[in-house]
Amino acid sequence: MATYFTKDHEWVRVDGDIATVGISDYAQSQLGDVVYVELPEVGKQLAKGDEAAVVESVKAASEVFAPISGVVEGINGGLVDQPAKINEAPESEGWFLKLIIADKGELAGLMDETAYKAFLETL
Amino acid sequence: MAHASEADTTVASLSETPLADLHRKLGARMVPFAGYSMPVQYPTGILTEHNWTREKAGLFDVSHMGQCFLVGPDHATTAKALEALTPGDFQGLGLGRIRYTLFTTTEGGIIDDLMVTRAADAGADGTLFLVVNAGRKTVDYAHLAANLPEDVELVVAEDRALLALQGPLAAAVMARLCPAAATMGFMTAISAAIDGIDCAISRSGYTGEDGFEISVDADKAEALASRLLAEPEVAPIGLGARDSLRLEAGLCLYGHDIDEATSPAEADLGFAIGKRRRADGGFPGAGRILSELADGPPRLRVGIQPEGRAPAREGTEIHDATGTLIGLVTSGGFGPTAGGPIAMGYVSADSAAPGTSLTLIVRGKPLAARVVPLPFVPHRYFRKSAS
Repeated sequence: MATYFTKDHEWVRVDGDIATVGISDYAQSQLGDVVYVELPEVGKQLAKGDEAAVVESVKAASEVFAPISGVVEGINGGLVDQPAKINEAPESEGWFLKLIIADKGELAGLMDETAYKAFLETL
Repeated sequence: MAHASEADTTVASLSETPLADLHRKLGARMVPFAGYSMPVQYPTGILTEHNWTREKAGLFDVSHMGQCFLVGPDHATTAKALEALTPGDFQGLGLGRIRYTLFTTTEGGIIDDLMVTRAADAGADGTLFLVVNAGRKTVDYAHLAANLPEDVELVVAEDRALLALQGPLAAAVMARLCPAAATMGFMTAISAAIDGIDCAISRSGYTGEDGFEISVDADKAEALASRLLAEPEVAPIGLGARDSLRLEAGLCLYGHDIDEATSPAEADLGFAIGKRRRADGGFPGAGRILSELADGPPRLRVGIQPEGRAPAREGTEIHDATGTLIGLVTSGGFGPTAGGPIAMGYVSADSAAPGTSLTLIVRGKPLAARVVPLPFVPHRYFRKSAS
């Protein structure tokens, strides 16, 4: 499974037509302790760049954007009661949502892990 | 992912406190705050730091705050000079006593909130020690300079650091390092040495917990902080937890909960207006402030408990049951000890009673909330038993 990253620190893991979306370890470390998460409704149509979820730390609220277009196929409902999962395992158990990919061509505009690591070095 | 701004993002030449090197050594994340590079958190994170302070003792660097002295020929002269600018009773302030007060505008707004100490040492009488907010130093010092009488001088202490040791075990730490401090009453001050370092120690704070604020020469600050951090009960705490602690304690943050457009009566700070001053007036804005205290202000600062888990941040609209906009959230977030979202804000007086249902508009959606009494977490200030 290929994993892609955005400059806004979301990650996308592609398995066939389904993309799992979360925030990167760098993103969670910048946020600090996550205390609240708001997930989209299953079935919601998201265009690339739309607000897909909201994540709040003690300090501040941040939006999570849809890295690619698609329809929300599933959400990680367990995060609502255990938002700390996002800090503990941001790139695995702390996933946010799954999308039915609308256009695989959009993946070409994202970074692979090597490119994302190089991008983090520039911050 | 996009961050909402962390308040103050101006980068232009930030000042550092005398503890900047220590913060970096401790792995702090530094952020701009009121013109200073300040630690927002250490590697353990805000939740852990918050809980540590509620359970043990947290050490805060608050050296960005303004420390200054008003120096006059005798106590009455200096106290009267300060009373001309504030609604506090300082003529009646005892030796070694501290009082919270406000600089008020002629329109009854708040220029800043501050702590005023009369030294315990009668030999230093005629001097009052002021601690003002970092972001208001320039305004406050100009205000004082322009308004003090000729025989009272403003002396800004540029070369001092300020540490706060806060939490239920703070007194046990002080008992080992400075026994004289451990028996101090709340809102009193002494001069004493901590591990051989001369300090001005107050029993006061901004967390709702028992604790001490310690003013020390800048060049001794790191030695003092390191000495305190060597105690097993003590951990360094950043501005992030300082904010969640003070919000749970229902304490105002200048520029957010109070400002020049807010009166002390609206802000529910009537306790800061001395009995004699209520009777006699004679402070800036007394007309408005005293009539609001007598008749009730048109709006009031209240505690707000959102239902559910979503925090309501500063700037959130507050609507009453009829859907009318009645005010804004001025501080809001997550209270780790409260165990959920908490906020403070201003509502019209007829919606200020505890239990009143409110609607908050969070990201365009209505969120049910209600007015609750402040503080969210009970204060645990040290009370000396009368004996």
